[in-house]
Amino acid sequence: MSKTRYSAFKVLKEALTGHKGWEPTWRDAEPKADGYDVIIVGGGGHGLATAYYLAKNHGITNVAVLERGWIGSGNVGRNTTIIRSNYLLPGNEPFYELSLQLWENLEQDLNYNVMVSQRGIMNLIHSDAQRDAFIRRGNSMLFAGAGCEYLEAKEVKERYPFLDMNNARFPIKAALAQPRGGTVRHDAVAWGYARGASDLGVDIIQNCEVTGFNIENGKCLGVQTTKGDIKANRVGVCVAGSSGRVMAKAGIKLPIESHVLQAFVTEGLKPVLDNVITFGAGHFYCSQSDKGGLVFGGDLDSYNSYAQRGNLPAVEDVCSGGMAIMPMIGRARMLRMWGGVVDMSMDGSPFIDSTEVKELFFNGGWCYGGFKATPASGYCYAHLLATDVPHEVATAYRLDRFRRGAMIDEKGVGPQPNLH
Amino acid sequence: MIINHPLLGPRDSEEFVYLGSTDLIDRPTNWEKSAAAEDFHQYQYIRENIAGDIQELWYHEQGDQSWLVVTRSTLTHEISNVELAQDFSRVKGRGK
Repeated sequence: MSKTRYSAFKVLKEALTGHKGWEPTWRDAEPKADGYDVIIVGGGGHGLATAYYLAKNHGITNVAVLERGWIGSGNVGRNTTIIRSNYLLPGNEPFYELSLQLWENLEQDLNYNVMVSQRGIMNLIHSDAQRDAFIRRGNSMLFAGAGCEYLEAKEVKERYPFLDMNNARFPIKAALAQPRGGTVRHDAVAWGYARGASDLGVDIIQNCEVTGFNIENGKCLGVQTTKGDIKANRVGVCVAGSSGRVMAKAGIKLPIESHVLQAFVTEGLKPVLDNVITFGAGHFYCSQSDKGGLVFGGDLDSYNSYAQRGNLPAVEDVCSGGMAIMPMIGRARMLRMWGGVVDMSMDGSPFIDSTEVKELFFNGGWCYGGFKATPASGYCYAHLLATDVPHEVATAYRLDRFRRGAMIDEKGVGPQPNLH
Repeated sequence: MIINHPLLGPRDSEEFVYLGSTDLIDRPTNWEKSAAAEDFHQYQYIRENIAGDIQELWYHEQGDQSWLVVTRSTLTHEISNVELAQDFSRVKGRGK
């Protein structure tokens, strides 16, 4: 097992001794014949974080993470890397605030540089009604200890003179900012959690697709995979984007539709944007990566899809949103665009819950907000898997909440997943 | 994506508004039976979410305002069949 501690001293030492002392970041494992206490299906950010916190917080180390491709090949490497805890509803806000607090200490905790950059996030406001809604949200954030800042138009203009303040349709009247929000190097999150989990004894098994569940008398006894059957006392599915496909193998239907969401990056530019700016009214948001590319995104393609690619109308929509609020973006050339499949739930909020099959658990429905939730999702899922009780900030994320009328609908658009 | 409208020929998907699976046509009718709440829960919130060919409702908002049933693969976006929703429903024995 690798126990190398990363530090400036270690980098210096390796630089002077020909880089011969580095070890693989994590151990590439094969399935154990006698099975596991817990199998996590899905080696994305959430799955790896779950395995890490199972081992670290609960001492459960006989754990395997099964990944169909290679770890981090799904949405953890496809998102736009933003972290924030600016939610309104009590079912959500404490959860996302826990997540942001975990982000703030993640590098020290993992001894891994995930490049957490608390550069701040700013939501633009264009009308009195929107101002009221955002001030209400800001108060909710203050209650949860998340902090926020209300900026008048003058302050927004001073900070970001390139914004089109007098846009004919959406003039900028103010903004709600969360200075603690920001961005994180997303691939490093997968690698850092993989390393942390692997060091604590977790088996990370790549190229191992789950093809079925062994269920007897309503109890899950393990999984069938492309590397053979693997026994487990408990199975936690954590495959947002593919939840419908995977849970169908256990005969479970979900309040989720799969949709494709595209993201974009321009060529590298000199530093122009030291913040994350969201233009919700125009379906556009943007930040600048450390390499200099403007990273931006917008709405879903709006039709159900499991294809990790989108179509041109959504590209045009996002780019026109960018041109409307930030006309200077028209001078930049687009370098890359890509798509990821997201679990769109019926109220726009996620699930961390047990299922009707005993010993089979489910984590998914992250819509397009999964990345920022990674640490808290793993933390709370591990808590549920280890103790059978939902973590106190994740009690609302139950699969039966629609039956009970207890939706967590931040946007208030009802059960129309492509609008959340 | 190009949707081959049965009356108007090939149209850009941008002219349409997407609703979702044709399961949404079959709204439970008997609200008085004891399991009605569960029927409505299944109808409103639970999805098949199939990876493969699905039948889905598209509304031609910027065209002739017709509802279409499009058979499309969620894995490739390939459209294999397009028909009017009213024809689709009549085959299933509905009035419209």
